[in-house]
Amino acid sequence: MTAATATLAERIRRDFPALDQTVHGRPLVYLDNAATAQKPRAVLDAITGYYAGDCANIHRGIHTLSERATEAYEGARGKAQRFLKAPEAREIIFVRGTTEGINLVAHSFVRPRLKPGDEILITAMEHHSNIVPWQIIAGETGASLRVAPIDDHGELILDRFERMIGPRTKFVSVTQVSNALGTVNPVADMVAMAHARGVPVLVDGAQAAPHRKVDVQALGCDFYAFSGHKVYGPTGVGVLYGKAGLLDAMPPYQGGGDMIRSVTFEKTEFNGLPYKFEAGTPDIAGVIGLGAALDYVGKIGLDNIAAHEGELLRYATDEVLKVPGVRIIGTAPKKEGVLSFVVDGVHPHDVGTILDREGIAVRAGHHCAQPVMARFGIPATARASFAAYNTFEEVDALVRGIRKVKEILG
Amino acid sequence: MTSDVKELYQQLIVDHSKSPRNCRVLEGADASAEGHNPLCGDRVTLFVKLEGDRVKDLSFQGNGCAISTASASLLTEVLKGKTRAEAEALFTSFHDLVTGHGAKDSGPELGKLKVFAGVSEFPVRVKCATLVWHTLRAALARVQQPATDADAAHAR
Repeated sequence: MTAATATLAERIRRDFPALDQTVHGRPLVYLDNAATAQKPRAVLDAITGYYAGDCANIHRGIHTLSERATEAYEGARGKAQRFLKAPEAREIIFVRGTTEGINLVAHSFVRPRLKPGDEILITAMEHHSNIVPWQIIAGETGASLRVAPIDDHGELILDRFERMIGPRTKFVSVTQVSNALGTVNPVADMVAMAHARGVPVLVDGAQAAPHRKVDVQALGCDFYAFSGHKVYGPTGVGVLYGKAGLLDAMPPYQGGGDMIRSVTFEKTEFNGLPYKFEAGTPDIAGVIGLGAALDYVGKIGLDNIAAHEGELLRYATDEVLKVPGVRIIGTAPKKEGVLSFVVDGVHPHDVGTILDREGIAVRAGHHCAQPVMARFGIPATARASFAAYNTFEEVDALVRGIRKVKEILG
Repeated sequence: MTSDVKELYQQLIVDHSKSPRNCRVLEGADASAEGHNPLCGDRVTLFVKLEGDRVKDLSFQGNGCAISTASASLLTEVLKGKTRAEAEALFTSFHDLVTGHGAKDSGPELGKLKVFAGVSEFPVRVKCATLVWHTLRAALARVQQPATDADAAHAR
């Protein structure tokens, strides 16, 4: 470990009030960041600041509070645009999270293009939220879902993926980073392969955006979705990026206020981007909180975060493997912040309970990725996932916890 | 002060989770039912053979955590020879025990099942302990139905 990365976590930990507590009499070791990350005080202050001082609806009031709220809300759109390096702010649609972003694209963009026999291509490492929306619209249209396989390390078999993009493929939707395995997909290459055959691509960035710089123009993807709460922001808000040309041509996902230009009972003229896709009063406080979170991440620097988390993952992988009978699920060469593991003869839920009593929060279960579990022939794993504020000492605590699991149930 | 995790993982529970008893398909079972906890993926299939109103034999198969496996294993031992009414009363007492409501004086003697008392300190694990009991109820309810079609009783 280098001095610079050792101090990153130590320097920022005090920004996160929730980290400063004990659980079952032990200092909290929060290693469930792939589920949701803790929030820095700057985010909490931004949310409180809106409710305490600027609380008003947006885009409609002529009064001062509404003006301030609108400015903060649209300011966050600019922050999200810069975060993703999107060409235009109107390509940023605020949604409830990655799941809603994917559903929006499925219903407004993909579904109208599907005919019986058409195909949607995903990978075998997708989260349920990047499987189920496609199954729903496939079922409605007679299209089918095809799944590019992964190998025993949890790495996508890239040439199989490429060969599966055929004349019937109408859409490709892939995760940038697997939530259950940590695998990083070569999404820029995958987008190029799909585009070479004229197929548009959505990238699920839920597990990537908190950990690495994203440049949607460099990736070339047509859509990109991520969730605010995994990037140290609030729950209930996320971002869908879409190329303006595509978004412009898409019908609205939901109807309501703010997404229209004029309404009579005979006809409605829809508003332009991005408002066409933001029907109703949005999660204003959430969007403002997300803006604060993106500022916070920008201040720390995603390159610093990536370097620190990379060292944590390497250290944790080495240390966990020193415990006999522990197996890591997901051993792809390129991984991000996720350590999924099983302890021989011990069910992951028991691992989760015993670790919890040591103050260590991990996820135990199928991680909303049941097909991934089936691929590896296991019902579940325990998963430790890292954030910028995690320390090497916390990894040591995790390893001690796993040894205790073995002592009790091994 | 929080209870030690060893209160939960009593020796008897660890033993039954590592070497579950009656873990097999029961030939000639009168009914079976499958229990599934979608939240954690625990699965158990319970097989019951009845003689009149009495549970003559039972067995289980499944995939789950130490608590759910030990609970299923101990259930198959404890329930053998019990009537439906006795099984129902045991379920009520067991449920009270693991949810921390305390065994009622009027309830039946829980015996070995008392080893699950520690579960009450771990609310998220109550479902693991009770899964097989709910499955038992489902299996018994199937035999009650007029069994005109043996296959229908097994269907799931």
